[in-house]
Amino acid sequence: MNNDTVANILLTTILPGNFVLAMFLGMCPFLGVSQKLSTAVPMGIATAFVILVASVSAYFLNMLLVHFHLEFLSVITFITVIACAVQLVEMFVKKTFPELFRQLGIYLPLITTNCAVLGVALFQTARNYNFAQSLAYSIGGGLGFTLALILMAGLRERMQLSNVPTLVQGAAISVALGGLLSLSFMGFSGIGGGE
Amino acid sequence: MTPTKTPPSSFDEFLDGIWKQNPIFVMVLGMCPTLAVTVSAVNAISMGLATTFVLGMSCMLVSMLRSAIPKQVRIASYIVIIATFVTVVDYAIQAISLDLYEALGAYIKLIVANCVLLGRAEAHAAKNPPLPATFNALGMGLGFTLGLFMIGCVREILGAGKLFGVALFGDHFQPWVVMVLPPGGFFVLAFWLIVFAAFRHFGNKRNAQLQGAQP
Repeated sequence: MNNDTVANILLTTILPGNFVLAMFLGMCPFLGVSQKLSTAVPMGIATAFVILVASVSAYFLNMLLVHFHLEFLSVITFITVIACAVQLVEMFVKKTFPELFRQLGIYLPLITTNCAVLGVALFQTARNYNFAQSLAYSIGGGLGFTLALILMAGLRERMQLSNVPTLVQGAAISVALGGLLSLSFMGFSGIGGGE
Repeated sequence: MTPTKTPPSSFDEFLDGIWKQNPIFVMVLGMCPTLAVTVSAVNAISMGLATTFVLGMSCMLVSMLRSAIPKQVRIASYIVIIATFVTVVDYAIQAISLDLYEALGAYIKLIVANCVLLGRAEAHAAKNPPLPATFNALGMGLGFTLGLFMIGCVREILGAGKLFGVALFGDHFQPWVVMVLPPGGFFVLAFWLIVFAAFRHFGNKRNAQLQGAQP
């Protein structure tokens, strides 16, 4: 059993152990949907919601799998549940916010292959978190992901005004920006009891 | 299924994945394992080979089943196929080397969520017969491995002063610790992306000059 307190887990996953900037989970949307603040925020919230659903269902599914000694099926079951959750979110967004649905485009169904979602399910199982701990882990993870996405989008909006050399334009400058963000997030290490 | 029998197009597709459509440096896909496991060259290579195996096998299977899978559920079917091979690799690595398994951690299982795999299955394997699909997938996998290796090398040399665990410099070497920490991954990747962009930029320029010189 893992003895981290709920508050520690929550703080750690948001700041020093940020999913995107310290554990490299969910890099594709981080680089792909962070051009504009107006798409980054809903994308972050949608992903946070899927992370929460995936974490809760993964917790109970894992209990079931352990009970029947079927742990080797964990990857397959988790990913299937995640795909279903994403489908739900996609239908909801399409019905309620059709404009947003067009803006997010391919990245909405791609939440399925967002490592952050599967990562939460796998890491909480690997660390033997209990239910409250898993809940804190997934909420913190979702918030941390949203925070990173918003920060990145803000930086990139500012960057459109600056003069970037041709060679560095596109992916390279975004990755370098991510590096700077990650470097600054390392300053938070120690908060939440440390890793 | 010997390589000599394959038509030239298969070989071209094989090379495409390594250079022209390199998944890491050109298409910028599969970033999570790229940055997370490349703290050392050995980790990078094993991760790359594991991904190559999963990519090759799942693309072959997807391509064989391409007429049997209904269009509406294709993504789900691809993911289940990929997840199956990932589970195989996960257990195989655990059986071969426990140290490596612990070093790579949950990132082996996270191969499922690697966009390169689903991208290949959807964009290539679902539309082509098994042989070219497998070759294309293997080329992509090797290109991915190469990319991981290039990042892993730089990070291990600068961050630990070693390559493949062998110390390269004298005792006075002061490791550049940030290179093996998360920000280092971003910086090294950015560096390689710039190098590749420069290659493409000057290559295009030279081609343009050559064409301009011809009457």
